[in-house]
Amino acid sequence: MSSVTRRRWLQRTVTALGGLTMGACDRIAESPRVNSTLDWAEEVNHRVQRVLLGRKALAREYTDKDISREFRANGTTNPDTEQYNALAKGGFVDWKLAVGGLVERPLQLSLEELRSMPPRTQITRHDCVEGWSCIGKWKGVQLSRVIERAGLKPDARFIAFYCADTLELTLDGTGQYYETIDLVDALHPQTLLAYDMNDRPLDVPHGAPLRLRLERQLGYKMAKYVMRIEALESFERLGRGKGGYWEDRGYQWYAGI
Amino acid sequence: MSRVLSRQPLSDRAVADGRIAFYRHPLTVRLTHWVNALCLWLLLMSGLQILNAHPALYWGEISRFDRPFLSFGSGDGPAFPAWITLPGFQDLAGGRSWHFFFAWLFVLNGLVYLGYALGSGRVSRVLAPEREQLRHIGRSFADHLRLRFPHGEAARRYNVLQKLSYLIVLFGLLPLMLLTGLTMSPGMDARLHWLTALFGGRQSARSVHFFTAAALVTFFLIHILAVLAAGPLNEMRSMVTGWFVIKTEKRP
Repeated sequence: MSSVTRRRWLQRTVTALGGLTMGACDRIAESPRVNSTLDWAEEVNHRVQRVLLGRKALAREYTDKDISREFRANGTTNPDTEQYNALAKGGFVDWKLAVGGLVERPLQLSLEELRSMPPRTQITRHDCVEGWSCIGKWKGVQLSRVIERAGLKPDARFIAFYCADTLELTLDGTGQYYETIDLVDALHPQTLLAYDMNDRPLDVPHGAPLRLRLERQLGYKMAKYVMRIEALESFERLGRGKGGYWEDRGYQWYAGI
Repeated sequence: MSRVLSRQPLSDRAVADGRIAFYRHPLTVRLTHWVNALCLWLLLMSGLQILNAHPALYWGEISRFDRPFLSFGSGDGPAFPAWITLPGFQDLAGGRSWHFFFAWLFVLNGLVYLGYALGSGRVSRVLAPEREQLRHIGRSFADHLRLRFPHGEAARRYNVLQKLSYLIVLFGLLPLMLLTGLTMSPGMDARLHWLTALFGGRQSARSVHFFTAAALVTFFLIHILAVLAAGPLNEMRSMVTGWFVIKTEKRP
């Protein structure tokens, strides 16, 4: 190769690389084929962590002195609907958790009934997808106990949580917050329907009257303001089909990383 | 091709003007070098995208929001500008997808390199500094500051600063990136909390992840500067084709 052609070749390479970093990058980043290739990593993360963590590995639990003085509330900090405000005003005595879908015995559980079930208390670290962490103390009933009481039908594979808050106003109602988890996570001993935070009833910014705690995954999985849970075979027909409010907006369904 | 793949060093070739080309970088090293470069570049850009979602660093297990020890940006618009993030617009979900995909490629590529480097004895043969080199490290340092690099036969092997910085990057910084990255995963933390604790907590691990990335960027800048100063075409040729040219005659 003569030095002239070599120089031209170098110039072209540099220009191509430069182009790739600028505008072209965004076009690549938005291409559906590229995105489905990148999704491969989520699948691998999910499978590898399932193997490494199994059903029983517990998230680290802390002591009272580790609790964050300021526990940030993210996403919705008040659903502020007429129905929710009325429930909140009455201290949620009229609130009931509906348990339905693929279960043998659909349930309607009041806060009092949930509180009368055997509780679990855990001090755990909450990791937000944004990068920050806070430690809080949670008391609630293990989701596995509620599921056991309702009795799963054999084809149930996921548990869906429907929330009182609308995070984005949309015409088709897909801005309503919801989440789904599989049975491995649903039956994990640290997976709680929490009604107390730091020894006090859950406050409105943190999801009153009931929120999910899913300690081996990121914060956005832990639905707040839970009104209804449902056992499902598939979550394809919920929202935009990706299994959660943030999942419908591009976030990973498996949020263990 | 079979000669290129074989572990036997290829013999020198004479090129014009009394110069000699010798086979410096085997194919596996060249391939993994470029795959690694691509991965680190995309990991940096997608990493800054992720950091943009909460551009503050803390020490310890948790975030004390009133006491970050380092925060970026003015709070007005993204802390890191679009041209250095991937995707080039605010998109945490997209940044995470890119980051995890290229993190896996980085790990697999690293394993290929590690297997090769250890299996072929390259680490002790090519990368480990010799005792006599270590004795003269001060002079080597002074020469580097004046951008004077070894030439002739002495350029056949890496000089001591090169060896040490490659060892630090390969067996220090890159594994540290991986480990601090892993501990940030709440899932992995349930298995490896001792590792998170070793870094001083999750938020410390996140900070170490950032500073290690900054150290890699520093290495990259020095690396490029050294390539430019030592003869960019020759250096580039050797990392593309494997062949590095040295002068055997003394300069007039």
